[in-house]
Formats: sequence, C-alpha cells, structure tokens
Amino acid sequence: MKRQIPLFITFFVGTLLIFSVFIPPMETLGENFTLFFDIIAVFAFFLGAGNLVRVHVSKLRKRKADWGFSIVTLIGFGFMLFVGLLKIGNPGGIAADVTAPGSWFQEMFNYVINPLQSTMYALLAFFVASASYRAFRAKNREATILLMAAFVILLGRTPLGMMLTAWIPDSLSIFQIPNMAVWIMNSFNLAGQRAILIGISLGVVAMSLRLILGVERTYLGGDDSG
Amino acid sequence: MVYKLTLTLLTFLLIAPVVSAQETVAASVEATVGDPPMIDSSLIPAPPSDIKAVDTDNDHGHSITVTWELSADDGSGMNNVLSYEVFRWVPFLMDELDTLRVELARVAAEIDSVGRLTGELKDERAVIWAAIDDMADQMPEAHRMYPEGGEWRLLGKVASGVATYDDTGGKDRKVSDFIPDFSDLYFRVEAVTSDSAIRAASGVAGPVQSYGQWFNTGRTPVFIAFMFFGIMTVFFVIKARRGAELYVRPLAGIEAVDDAIGRATEMGRPILYVLGLGTAADVATIASFTILGRVAKRVAEYQTELIVPTYDPIVMSVAQEVVKSSFSDAGRPEDYNEDIVYFVTQLQFAYVAAVNGTMLRELPATNVYMGKFFAESLLLAETGALAGSIQIAGTDEIAQIPFFIVACDFTLIGEELYAASAYLGREPVLLGSLKAQDYAKAAMILLAIVGVVAAQFEWNWFIELFHVVD
Repeated sequence: MKRQIPLFITFFVGTLLIFSVFIPPMETLGENFTLFFDIIAVFAFFLGAGNLVRVHVSKLRKRKADWGFSIVTLIGFGFMLFVGLLKIGNPGGIAADVTAPGSWFQEMFNYVINPLQSTMYALLAFFVASASYRAFRAKNREATILLMAAFVILLGRTPLGMMLTAWIPDSLSIFQIPNMAVWIMNSFNLAGQRAILIGISLGVVAMSLRLILGVERTYLGGDDSG
Repeated sequence: MVYKLTLTLLTFLLIAPVVSAQETVAASVEATVGDPPMIDSSLIPAPPSDIKAVDTDNDHGHSITVTWELSADDGSGMNNVLSYEVFRWVPFLMDELDTLRVELARVAAEIDSVGRLTGELKDERAVIWAAIDDMADQMPEAHRMYPEGGEWRLLGKVASGVATYDDTGGKDRKVSDFIPDFSDLYFRVEAVTSDSAIRAASGVAGPVQSYGQWFNTGRTPVFIAFMFFGIMTVFFVIKARRGAELYVRPLAGIEAVDDAIGRATEMGRPILYVLGLGTAADVATIASFTILGRVAKRVAEYQTELIVPTYDPIVMSVAQEVVKSSFSDAGRPEDYNEDIVYFVTQLQFAYVAAVNGTMLRELPATNVYMGKFFAESLLLAETGALAGSIQIAGTDEIAQIPFFIVACDFTLIGEELYAASAYLGREPVLLGSLKAQDYAKAAMILLAIVGVVAAQFEWNWFIELFHVVD
C-alpha cells in the first residue's frame, strides 16, 4: 500500500497532465499543479532550515573536523533570520517589505552575500583556463581535431583573426578565420547540439513514461523496479 | 458656440460621404472645451477594411481573433497611420458587473485588513458572488440586444503594419477580463494618426461567439508522435516481460560507477553524490534519484561512506528517503544515518563554495554529478579534479556538457542520464523502454533525412505534416 498509492497518484496526475497538453479546457491544469508544488516548497523550507541547524549543531557537539565552520554557518543563519524576521533597520518598520533598501537584511545581501557569490563566480575564469589546457592537449586524433577547431574559434572571436586573414579576397572569404569560426559554430556545433537535444527530449519522454506506467520506482525509495 | 456648431457640421459633411451600408467609416473629432482642435480633413486616413472576427482556434474559449486589411494610408498613401485601436461592443450590464467586482475587491481588502473571514464579510461576499453569477448568466441575452443598451469599449492598441488582434480574456466571472462564451460579440477597428483626434473607423464585424475546442488540432503531430512512442514503449516492455533478450549498448560512464565505488572502498574515502540545482519536479533530478538509489545500495553493500549535499529542501527529503530505502534493500538499515543527505543552501554559488569545501576537506575518492547543472558545473568538476577524485557526470543541460566532458573522467551525454537508471538496474522491463527510445531515434533520423530531401524538392506537403501551431 505504501507503494501503490504514490504509484496511482503518479499515473493519474501524469496521464491527466499529458492530456492537458492536447485538450484546451484542461490547459490551466499544469499551472495549478505548479502552484501546489510551490505551496509544498514553502513548507519544505522549514525542513531545510531544520536540517541545516541539526547537522551543524551535531557537528559542533561531536567536535567533528572543521567544526569552526559550523559556528560561522550557525551565526550567519541566526543573524539573517533575526534581522529578517524583526526587520531590523527597515525604514518602513515591521510592516514594510523585508528587502526594503536600508534594512539590515538587504544590506547584508548587497554587501556580503552578493560580493561573495561574485567571487565564487569569478573563479570560473581560472577554471576555464585550466580545463581548456587539459582538454586541448593533442593526445590523439580526436583531441587534435578539437584543438584545431578551438584554435580557429578562439582566433575568429578576436580582432587578431580578422587581421591575419583580411588579405584573403572576398571570393574566398570562407577561408577568413572569423567566417570559418562562424561556419564551425553554425554547422558542426549546431548539428551536434540539436542531435543531443533530440536525444534528451526522447529521453525525457521515455523517463516520464517509465514513471507514469510505474515501471521505474526507485525514486520512491527501494529497488523493486519492474 | 457658433464655432463648435460649425465644426460639428463640417465634420459631419466630411464624414458622411464615406459611410456606406456595408462599412461604416467615421472620422471623429474630439473637441475639447476652450481649446477646439483644428482638423484638416485631408489628414483623415483611409479606414481599415475587410474586418473579420472569428473564434480563436484551439483554445479553451473566451477569445476572439480580429483581423483586418491595413488602411491604404498605412505604409503608403499619406503614410500617417500610427496605430490601430480595437473596440468591442459591450452591454451596460458589463459596467454593472464591473461595479460588483469593485465591491468584491473592497470586501477582499476588508477581509485582509481584519485578518480573518468574519460571518458578516462571508455573507456579504456570498451575496456579491451570487449577483455576479446572475449577471454573467444574463450576458448572452444582453449581447443579443446590440446595438441597444451598450457602448463601444477600447480593448487595446496595435502598431501600424499589424492587422490582427487577439481579444483574449478569462473564464473567471469575478475578474475584469471575463469574456462570456456563446454571446454575440461585435468588433470595430480604428486607424489612429499622431493626432489622436484624427482617426478612421472600420465597419463592424459580428456577431461572433467564442467557444472552447476539445482538441488542439495545432498539436496533432505531437500527439501522433507521442502515441507512436508510447505504444512502442508498452510493446517493448511487454516483450521484455515475456523474456525476450534485449541488447543495449554499453555506457562507459555507468559501467564505471561500480568500479568507482570499489575504488572508494579500497581507499577508505567517501563518495560524494551531487544532485545538481534542479528541483524535484525536473525529470533530470528524478533520473538522478534513481541513480542515487543504485549507488546508495552498492555503497551500503561495500560499507563505504556516502555524502549527499543538496540544494533544495524537497530534493533533500526525497534523497533521504531513497538512500534510506536503498540501505534497507542492501540489508544494512542500521548503517544509514541522517547526516548522509543534508541541506546546504539555495544560493547557487554559496552551494558551490560549500560543496567545493567538502571536496577539499574530505578528499572523496569518487564524485558523481547527476542532474541539472548550470554555471557551477565547471567550478565543481575542476575542484574535484584538483582533489584527485574519479569523476562521473551526467546532465541534460547542453551548455554544461562540454565542461563535464573536459573536467570529468566519464560523462553521460544528454539522454544517457535517463538511460542510466535502467542500465544500472539491468531489469528487462526497464531495458524495454530503452529499446523503444532507440527505435524512436532511428525513426527521427530517417524522417530528418527524408525532410532534407523534401526541402530540396520543395515537397511542402511533407514539411507541413510536422508543422506544430502553438
């Protein structure tokens, strides 16, 4: 019974939503179910916050490795919760929007969280360089082709590419590096992407059918598929 | 006074000749008290013509599509048409309905201010609801009275060069955009110049009734493709259940999962499983749950440590249940502890910082990334590579696949993520659905080739077979 009821709900709701795509009077069903999901998500926040506190308090109690980070996490969590709930520093008082300019909650977001997030994002520039270095080593035939294509596109996207091949006459302009870069992107890259996209779409449909038909059940916990 | 009378007479004389029985063409002059505009009759544009109003196709009703021929002075002639204003004739009953809606909004605001639904407010609201329903029921009859007892109401405006307008409303009678179905509706379009007083009106289109359709014919190709794929899936699942041998090509990334778990066991280091930034409603995340289930079962069997930091509280709850059940299935429920799956944060890069920190502190032997990933994919995978972990990734986000291919040891590309759970389980029934997927792909390749040939020979009928109208 613990399995049968969720399976029935999945089958019923899944079938209903599939038909809602083709039956206009049922079109708003999808939006309504999204609303249900949002309502559940609101309550799930308490689960998340509760879990966060429980895990870090447990780390502190057991003095696990790097427990100092847990203190920082708990202080940060508690502080944001406190200034958010009581709307500390909010020019409009307790009745105003929690994110009103000037409120401590918003100030913390603007001057602490945002810069920290941007810092993490900025690391991407260095990681792209190190990943490219690894990827573009001509170890075998495929990697060599990749290296050549990448080289053409890198040059094609910079003024240097145009400068190097500007002398090529218009009748042979396809051999100008920027044009070659466009050709690679619009032909090989786009074709590959679309092939993957078609595969993904079929995969999504197949996976959805497996779930709706109850063939795939691992997401319910356990291993008794089929 | 004399001036205003002269102006009105002049306007009448200018407009009268262009009025016909079929098509009413009017030029209106809005005279404001004290500052009457000077109208040059030669600036009045030609009116929009051939106005048609039809029920909008493939919808749930409450919508009319209005089309017209552009004014001769739109893009040519005097070229002074700036926009078109679309009007619908509405009975005065609609104004009364609007008044009731305002009343309803007032009651709703009062309920909000009181903070609860008192008996008095509840009764008041019920009375208004009943009155609205009663009035809405009278709408078809009121519309039949055209042109008596009503007025033209401006619906909206479109730019010059545009000859269509969708008057789309809702079915909720309590909302102001309500358009009654099965009521005789009438429409009119006016060509407007830069001086809003100088305009020309089309004739009237109508009566026309809006109503809903039971099947969206614009999506017929999708329906056929879905039915074809669905039938194939059921066919192969039944075939597999009857014991047919089904060959499915090996997936290197999936075959590596068992080896990676073995490696972690030998090294005495944990396995880090990242479900991505998707919600529990994303199919990629659901596919990831199924893979997590298999991985957790192996982990329980080998008694290796598993770490699952999550980005979404609902994903965390489901993942906890999946892992717990897998430990039970492996016969080791006592090894499960609630700290295996934990919530981190719902801020993208804060999550990355936390997971990267875990990687560098715990030095997992294996990192598995399965689900939806965005800009954080390379940040995670590169840190994992620096930590010396074996990495297996899978995502359906096309833009992130190259990053995973570069930084991970094994990558499931696109649909392989969805196939992985079936492949890991090796159950014939699951493999049956994979087989259907492969045949569908073959059919699509074939259709793509025929499509290329059709495009070359201009067999437009073949291309139209796949035309989807949304």
